[in-house]
Amino acid sequence: MPTAALPTKIEVQNLNVFYRAEKKAETQALKDVALEIRDREVLALIGPSGCGKSTFLRVLNRMNDTVPGARVEGRVLLEGEDVLAKGYDVVGLRRRVGMVFQRPQPFPKSIFDNVAFGVRAHGLTDKNEIVRRVESALGRAALWDEVKDRLEASALSLSGGQAQRLCIARALAVEPEVLLMDEPTSALDPIATARLEELIHELRADLTIVIVTHSMQQAARVSQRTGFFYMGNLIEVGPTKQMFTRPRENKTEDYISGRFG
Amino acid sequence: MSATSPSRNRPAPVPVPESEPEPDREHTPTGAFRTVEWRRSPPAWHRVAEIAIKVTALTAIVAIALIFVFIALESLPLFTSKLVHQEVTFAKMWLRQAWDGPGWAWQPTSGVPKFSILPLLIGSLKITVVSVAVGAPLGILAAIFTSQIAPRWLREILKPTIELLAGIPSVVIGVFALLVMATWFQRAFGFEHRLNALVAGCALSLTIIPLVFTLAEDALSSVPKSFADASLALGATRMYTIVNVIVPAALPGIAAGVVLGFGRAIGETMIVVMASGNAALVNWSLGTSTRTITATIAQEMAEVVHGSPHYVVLFVLGATLLLFAFATNLVAQRIVDRFRRKRGGT
Ligand SMILES: Nc1ncnc2c1ncn2[C@@H]1O[C@H](COP(=O)(O)OP(=O)(O)OP(=O)(O)O)[C@@H](O)[C@H]1O
Ligand SMILES: [Mg+2]
Repeated sequence: MPTAALPTKIEVQNLNVFYRAEKKAETQALKDVALEIRDREVLALIGPSGCGKSTFLRVLNRMNDTVPGARVEGRVLLEGEDVLAKGYDVVGLRRRVGMVFQRPQPFPKSIFDNVAFGVRAHGLTDKNEIVRRVESALGRAALWDEVKDRLEASALSLSGGQAQRLCIARALAVEPEVLLMDEPTSALDPIATARLEELIHELRADLTIVIVTHSMQQAARVSQRTGFFYMGNLIEVGPTKQMFTRPRENKTEDYISGRFG
Repeated sequence: MSATSPSRNRPAPVPVPESEPEPDREHTPTGAFRTVEWRRSPPAWHRVAEIAIKVTALTAIVAIALIFVFIALESLPLFTSKLVHQEVTFAKMWLRQAWDGPGWAWQPTSGVPKFSILPLLIGSLKITVVSVAVGAPLGILAAIFTSQIAPRWLREILKPTIELLAGIPSVVIGVFALLVMATWFQRAFGFEHRLNALVAGCALSLTIIPLVFTLAEDALSSVPKSFADASLALGATRMYTIVNVIVPAALPGIAAGVVLGFGRAIGETMIVVMASGNAALVNWSLGTSTRTITATIAQEMAEVVHGSPHYVVLFVLGATLLLFAFATNLVAQRIVDRFRRKRGGT
């Protein structure tokens, strides 16, 4: 296995996440999850709805901080440093660990300004550099040809698939080391989906990618390793091929053979 | 499908042969009944309610139209009546006159009655601009702080407290301005007149702040959380997100609040009667006594002889105020529309 040689990028240890919704008792969304994410691999996360995949993803770049009532325990080591530690630079973390949400959320600004948003937020003011970053990000997200003549048009005029690629370009423009994608193709047609998967293959050259997906086929196509979540537990994680041919756990087998979920 | 589908007259359940299970029907046994209910025409009280709503709406529109007609009719003699023309004409109200003293003056009861609208218009604008310039930023900043920065417990105190300001009777604010604020300002700036445009404007801003605050706070809190999340996930700071994502998205609501505040300020009477000093001077100084259109109408209408030139001019003042309010609202509507269009696609 060539993947075994890759160094560790993120190491998650004893991760527990709790939610408290308005005066009700706390519910545990993740239970003692331990997982290692390797440098420049594509890790797919699968599992039935509500099992905690999105929660896990949001912990990795501390977007769970924005959820009122959420509590996180454990350690998430990004290149050895605990990102959950008190006083950790969250803004800096999110620059290194980018995120693409399930539903594309372009800002009501021009296409150019959308892609330049993160770069500008980081304080970059050099016009030429901004233009270079925007163009390269749009190119990498396979959107450049479709929008190069209308960069000043509103991003809200894009189709769903284009908007999703715009959000990917927006995340890429800040040149993150890790990209978290939460069901990025759930709103896309088969052609746009195929393109996005192709894009993931290309991005792997310089990025670590964690992708949540409900499509087993997609996980099999794009990832080197796959993790299976079930009711807040990480049941199994391993090389994708092995997961889909001879899973170690019965639950995994039941799930991938469509017996529930 | 016609209304006489078989499910309508359904005397007894149709026996379903066991060899042919119908999973849909099985799980929703009431499905058939529901279709029947949908087809029935709406009950009679729907009609009654509809008519009642129409009548009420029409009454409101007619009432407003009648106000317009009334003011127009009472103002008309300025252009038609010989009697009125002996003392004042439309042109005389606006143009410089060769009086002794200032060329524009409001002295309706002197030997030579002087009916210049200019000092009053300037007075109204001075005080309104001060009140919006002070009240709008305070209201907007308070709204941003309350909806975006304050922790939840503080928000739950701040929001009702600021909104409570709107319930303070304007006469109370007037007394406060007259007795307390005027003294403070006098001590701080040493103006020529104790009661002046600045005192009245600042007092007036107390009525604008809750208005701007409420609308801005609403607009800011209804910006979807996903916008803010998308920005934060790109490594933007909280502050950068507020300034570059949340506030722009809420701009139409904020603008509407400011415009309503402007309309409220230009029409407000009690506070300016009490706190402005009421001298009709022509200058742009904030430190001198000031008389507004509204204060003039309020103070003089009761004593004026019905149908006299003075009476007619007061109505013309009212009409002018109405036009101003109308024009600002129109402009504001345009601005808000443009924002909206910019936000939606091209
Ligand atoms: N903001 C929240 N407040 C309270 N509970 C939450 C919140 N977000 C998620 N949860 C709960 O945490 C659990 C895991 O949710 P999560 O969104 O991580 O699931 P998921 O695996 O991403 O599901 P899906 O595949 O449907 O997206 C669920 O039981 C959910 O109800
Ligand atoms: Mg999810």
